[in-house]
Amino acid sequence: MQHHKKSAKQAVIENYAALVRRVTPKSKVGQGCLRSFWVGGAICVLGQAIADFGINYLGLTASSASTFASMSLVFITALLTGIGIFDRIARYAGAGTVVPISGFANAMVSPAMEFKPEGWVLGTGARMFTIAGPVLVYGIASSVIVGILYYFIQW
Amino acid sequence: MLLYLKVFLVGGLFCAIGELLILKTKLTAARILVVYITAGVLLSALGLYGPVVRFASAGATVPLTGFGHALAQGAISGVQENGLLGAFTGGISATAGGIAAAVFFGFLAAICFKPRPKDF
Amino acid sequence: MPQHRQGKQTIIFQNAPSIISSAAVVGPKEGRGPHGNGFDLVLDDPLFQQESYEQAEHTIFQEACTRCIEKTGMQKEAVQAMLGGDLLNQIMAASLSARELSIPFLGLYGACSTMAESLLLGSILVDGGYASPVICAAGSHFCTAERQYRFPLEYGNQRTPAAQWTVTGAGACLLAENTKGIAHITSATIGRVVDLGIRDPNNMGAAMAPAAADTLIAHFKDTNTAPKDYDKIITGDLGLVGSGILKELMDKNHLSLFEQKYMDCGLCIFDPADDVHAGGSGCGCSASLLSAYILPQLSSGKWKKVLFMATGALLSTTTSQQGETIPGVAHAVILEGG
Repeated sequence: MQHHKKSAKQAVIENYAALVRRVTPKSKVGQGCLRSFWVGGAICVLGQAIADFGINYLGLTASSASTFASMSLVFITALLTGIGIFDRIARYAGAGTVVPISGFANAMVSPAMEFKPEGWVLGTGARMFTIAGPVLVYGIASSVIVGILYYFIQW
Repeated sequence: MLLYLKVFLVGGLFCAIGELLILKTKLTAARILVVYITAGVLLSALGLYGPVVRFASAGATVPLTGFGHALAQGAISGVQENGLLGAFTGGISATAGGIAAAVFFGFLAAICFKPRPKDF
Repeated sequence: MPQHRQGKQTIIFQNAPSIISSAAVVGPKEGRGPHGNGFDLVLDDPLFQQESYEQAEHTIFQEACTRCIEKTGMQKEAVQAMLGGDLLNQIMAASLSARELSIPFLGLYGACSTMAESLLLGSILVDGGYASPVICAAGSHFCTAERQYRFPLEYGNQRTPAAQWTVTGAGACLLAENTKGIAHITSATIGRVVDLGIRDPNNMGAAMAPAAADTLIAHFKDTNTAPKDYDKIITGDLGLVGSGILKELMDKNHLSLFEQKYMDCGLCIFDPADDVHAGGSGCGCSASLLSAYILPQLSSGKWKKVLFMATGALLSTTTSQQGETIPGVAHAVILEGG
């Protein structure tokens, strides 16, 4: 009896989920991917251009040029976020702005601005990492694991 | 010029895959960032990401997988230079520029700007 | 059976309390909408000359209450009770307004169902002879809801097609003992909390629609009425997805004529040219449109009897992150002209 009752409730929930799926408008997958593709590609091209500029005109090594490009993209993102343009681009581009380093920078800059009314320490200082913190946690932790494994097995 | 085409195509592809993941799975943008960086670390450690970087340069280093690649390669070369200690210092040293820039410019933006409502 | 009760969930007000005044204050985007002329004040700036959006939300709430009372020529000291709430954590916009107005205050939380909840409870106070006049109010703010429930304003994310846009605005109504007013509240149905397993906080219409259907069916059954007995059946903020689902659920229950009588505040508060995806949401949505559009239709005699039902999705970011499903609730009040 108890079992029967439970499955009846489950059936109601499943039927409702099907109704919701039918009524909810679908995302435009093709359009979304195309926009992400060209904006994301363009951001990478900009990164390459900055790196080449660093190598050719600033005398940077290839690896410093790559760091220089990342930092420049972070700076551009911070500026565009500050003047309220980045979210407009992101609304159009979706993952095109999320996946490049610009997405990481925006994830730090936007809460830093947003939570200023809560104070410089617990607002801006602490909340800066609400979205970007997990990226650092999982990125750094997994790199440490890789380093330790490499120490022992040196593949 | 060919390099720039490769940068565009590979970088674009990373982003299009990200969009597909956002639209087709329950992953939010914040989770995509975590997935990408961890995937970058993993692929780099397995030696699969290096060739992509050599092929497409910024097309592979600008997406967050490239951030993961830099972390992993930093940890590996850290171990080569400093032993076990390098496993801890290598990753962050290699990516310090990007992280410090994000912290510093984020703080600067908080000083200079105010968030405004989305009026679109 | 208590004497003022009818059926399982419905209350009949013997003395039919009157709404004697109402006011609504909204943001610029709402002001651009089809009912923009009906609002008492449309702000140019969602910050309302304040330091933070939370302060702005509180000021909007307070302004709606103040204007609602002023319209009657009464002093705020004459108001005997204030019932209201908003979407801020610990309903701070309502609490701060109550601090400034210093009217005896009962804070309410019903998410976006708060306007109907406050009218329902306010009517009980007035009808029972416990207080009169009573002010009932609800409000919300896009910018505070975003930072509390979603992301920072400048964070670049895409909204899903089912996502709704929180209304910046507040509405207030002053209730008094039966007199010649804008409208009377003749009965009300208290909603049950219904949850059909929706987990997606970006699809609140789907989370609330079953509760809306539940309350509507209970009301029709308790009062032995049908959609044909109402000039309009109005929901708060089901939006595109939620109202689509509600129509299907009503169809399944053989409630004919429902679709012709049906209107959703969330679907008609914004200009369709403003890309708001599935429509408006938030306590301020039904609260401000009640004052700007629904009550004027009743006072002009265009509508005689209206079922006003605000719907709320009872979620918090904590329970949502813990994987809890989103319960919905809906309360209905019956408004009759004159």
